[in-house]
Amino acid sequence: MMLALIVVLPLLGSVLPVMLDRGGRRLPAVAAAIPAAIAFFILLSLRSRLVDGAAITISYTWLENLGLNLSLRMDGLSFLFALLILGIGLLVILYARYYLSSEEAIGRFYSYLLLFMAAMLGVVLSENVLLMLVFWEVTSLSSFLLIGFWSHRSDSRRGARMALTITSGGGLALLAGILLLGHIAGSFELSQILVSGSRIVEHPLYPLMLVLILLGAFTKSAQFPFHFWLPHAMAAPTPVSAYLHSATMVKAGIYLMARLYPAISGTDEWFYIVSLTGLTTLLLGSAMAFFQQDLKGLLAYSTISHLGLITLLFGLDTDMSSVAAIFHTINHATFKASLFMAAGIIDHETGTRDLRRLGGLYRYMPHTALLAIVASLSMAGVPLLNGFLSKEMFLGETLQQGLLGPFNWVIPVVSTVANLLTMAYSIRFIHQAFLDKTADPSALPHYPPHEPPFWMRAPANILVLLCVLVGLMPEQTVGSLLALAARVSLGGPLPEYSLALWHGFNLPLVMSLIALGGGLLLYFGMRRPLFRLYNRLPDAEARDVFEGAMQCLVRLTVLFTERVENGSLQRYMALMLIGVLLVTGSALWDLKILTGPVAMTPLDSITSAGLVILMATSISVVLFHRRRLQAIIFSSVAGLMVSLLFARFSAPDLALTQLSVEVVTTVLLVLALFFLPWHTPRESSALRRGRDGLLAVGCGGLVSLLAYAVLTRPYESIAQFFLDKSVSDAGGSNVVNVILVDFRGFDTLGEISVLAITGIAVYAMLDGITPKLPERGLGGYPWIRDRHPLMLKVMAKLLLPLALLVSVFIFLRGHQLPGGGFIAGLITTAALILQYIASGLRWTTARLPLDYRRMAGIGILLAGATGLVAWLFGKPFLTSGFTHLHIPVIGDVELASAALFDLGVYLTVVGSSLLTLAHLASSGRPQEEGAS
Amino acid sequence: MELLFAITLGVLTASGVYLMLRGRTFPVVLGMTLVTYAVNLFLFAMGRLSTGGAPIIGQSQMYADPLPQALVLTAIVISFAMTAFVLVLSIRAVCELGNDHVDGEGQ
Repeated sequence: MMLALIVVLPLLGSVLPVMLDRGGRRLPAVAAAIPAAIAFFILLSLRSRLVDGAAITISYTWLENLGLNLSLRMDGLSFLFALLILGIGLLVILYARYYLSSEEAIGRFYSYLLLFMAAMLGVVLSENVLLMLVFWEVTSLSSFLLIGFWSHRSDSRRGARMALTITSGGGLALLAGILLLGHIAGSFELSQILVSGSRIVEHPLYPLMLVLILLGAFTKSAQFPFHFWLPHAMAAPTPVSAYLHSATMVKAGIYLMARLYPAISGTDEWFYIVSLTGLTTLLLGSAMAFFQQDLKGLLAYSTISHLGLITLLFGLDTDMSSVAAIFHTINHATFKASLFMAAGIIDHETGTRDLRRLGGLYRYMPHTALLAIVASLSMAGVPLLNGFLSKEMFLGETLQQGLLGPFNWVIPVVSTVANLLTMAYSIRFIHQAFLDKTADPSALPHYPPHEPPFWMRAPANILVLLCVLVGLMPEQTVGSLLALAARVSLGGPLPEYSLALWHGFNLPLVMSLIALGGGLLLYFGMRRPLFRLYNRLPDAEARDVFEGAMQCLVRLTVLFTERVENGSLQRYMALMLIGVLLVTGSALWDLKILTGPVAMTPLDSITSAGLVILMATSISVVLFHRRRLQAIIFSSVAGLMVSLLFARFSAPDLALTQLSVEVVTTVLLVLALFFLPWHTPRESSALRRGRDGLLAVGCGGLVSLLAYAVLTRPYESIAQFFLDKSVSDAGGSNVVNVILVDFRGFDTLGEISVLAITGIAVYAMLDGITPKLPERGLGGYPWIRDRHPLMLKVMAKLLLPLALLVSVFIFLRGHQLPGGGFIAGLITTAALILQYIASGLRWTTARLPLDYRRMAGIGILLAGATGLVAWLFGKPFLTSGFTHLHIPVIGDVELASAALFDLGVYLTVVGSSLLTLAHLASSGRPQEEGAS
Repeated sequence: MELLFAITLGVLTASGVYLMLRGRTFPVVLGMTLVTYAVNLFLFAMGRLSTGGAPIIGQSQMYADPLPQALVLTAIVISFAMTAFVLVLSIRAVCELGNDHVDGEGQ
């Protein structure tokens, strides 16, 4: 539980600062520090439970079927990383309070920072690797927000986008890799994965999985060739760089390698990929760092180089190298964070980060200068500081490994060269920023620079103090922490090692001395010719390649979008149909035999005549579609044939429904036609018609094939259940109606809701428009003066009571015989429409003051309430009940709650159909009476 | 019987699809109506074509499958609602845009 709090507190706390945004600089900072501090103390309190590689885990099931659980784990390795995240995080919170000016959105900044902190903690504390991946993605997103915090600047927007593209691209690869890993290991829980190392490395998918996972780690940790996003991320505010780009985010990739080390390392693939990538990055980063003019750019490349060093250590084939890797992770986090902070102070106080303009700052800010000098020396690996210890270990390991056979010497030599360069750029940093007396500080944007407030220096003070303490007394300070973490990362016993300062005069020390001396020589002796050479090099920036690729991608997508999404419904429709054809066609491709084993029923003349008429009418609709009234007539004949077909094939309910719907639809179509053009112009080209014809024939053919293939095959139905239970459980013998109002009542409730929504939508859509009405009728004849023919009027009045009686009859018998709420509702609708047509809207409305909107609403409420009543009896929603009553004279009457439900259906159907029709009719002639 | 039935479904679908690809709203609505017929008949036919077996208990020896029938019954009503909605949409489009082209373009 306490473990979960470590992640949850910063996560929940991240909403606080943004809410306190108005409270000046202090309040958001305090609000951010409190959850982080509590989490920090919880973390420390758990330390005592982590002896001997023990792990604390908690687990809540989440999406079990996917293997995704909310399970957390803390062991030595997670503890170390969480300690860095929270410890440096707290210092950065303090630092940022002084770094940011009060005009900036400080609350937002701290919220992002806490979100990022929570995500990082999630990454290092996840037991479930899928969960870890979720947090991993959140770190990418929140770092995007942080890098782009100064969103008014184009370089920070670009830097943020680049970082997001690279790291989330790597995240995708990692997702694939993790899925493979889980597949191979049989579980997504780390405790399971870490013990299945031998099975994992022997699996045929192992190389693929390894490359994918390493892609994720390398992009995050800025390894060559994905390193270029890191220098551009320096557009972020310096506290962000100090946090993300020294101690946390870029270490996520390192953490991943350390974490999965027992499971996926130990193979040749691992050693070669990891060590060579690390070696390249190490050399490239340190060389590039030397030539940077921007203070933060120098630190960024230096970070790349140190990350390469750690990666290289993980790639070496000795156990000890992993210990060194973790040790260097700790040291790098301390000295690099303090260096970034010092760089931020310089930027803040002088207004520039350009090394060519800085110089001689020691006189103005001796305290800051001292901090930066000590941290830089630690970075360079000068004795008595922590950087020296891990560098000695590193150099020692490069001599121990045996990866490259005859070319084994390459690794120690390149490492020494890289260290030499590290010394050179560290000296350059110290000299050009603080000690160079030749520079003229009065040309600085802010002159004279002075020391920042005490509390702004405090975080760097603490970190530098740590550098010195660790450097002097490694065993007493970090010894146990390192052992704790390294033991977990190795997944086995620790090798013998000692953290002492002095190991005697040995080869690593000689390499160190060469590097230190060479670095000094390089800077003071060969700086100028080297810079001249560098400036003459072609300006081949990875950024330009990236930007070029991005722009090309954007152009491609724009082109694609324009081609596909051109705003034409016809185009979309055609594309969708092509998709349907492809998908269904390819699925049917496997069908070996079209005709199934079931024999066809014999053809009888009447049915075939009906089918032929149906075909003929539907083709006629197409042929006559330009003359719309004729097309409506043909389509209604088709509808009629469909309802006859239902009647023919044992579906009386469907036949009745189709018939009444057909009547209402036809009236609606004619009514709508009144407001629309009566003819369709001929405008499609022959080519377009040919394409559409092909598509149509394709779709039709596919449907035919599918229908034929299905109809000639045997099938199993679940219908027997309904047939058996209909009478006994629901008290109705019309099974279709029983299914609608009882067994599947919930579906029906949804359907009538849709119906009512359509009615309301029609109402809303017609609101406020007055359609233009043609002066003359079809064929150019003037409108008939007598709008309501007498014969029709009289007939309609006679018919209305009869039709209503029929609908009541149909409704009542629905449970037992064909009929029911849907059909009765449609019959009532048809009868009322007839009144509107015959006598006009005003006349009918005056005599039949029904509010159809309310009617539809009541219908749904009634149906819903019937369902709710079941709750009163402790039954599930929509459970029905029925009973038989014997009333004298009338006889045996059955009362079923389903009948009430059906009444709701009835009301909704009548309400929404008439809402549509009557409203459409009335919108035609707002001041006069009905139109049709 | 099944063969002719299947061919009919194909013809219905083809007619409907062709109309749905037209450029004016009204033919599109008609096309949707035809496709609806085809789809409803197709769904209905998934319960197979049987004669004289209305699923009313006690009325015959053998019953047709009631489940597709129940599904299709609501489908008929819903497709009516859809037709109504699309029609009104096209009326609204004519009023707003002054023409009945599906893309809202005049000639």
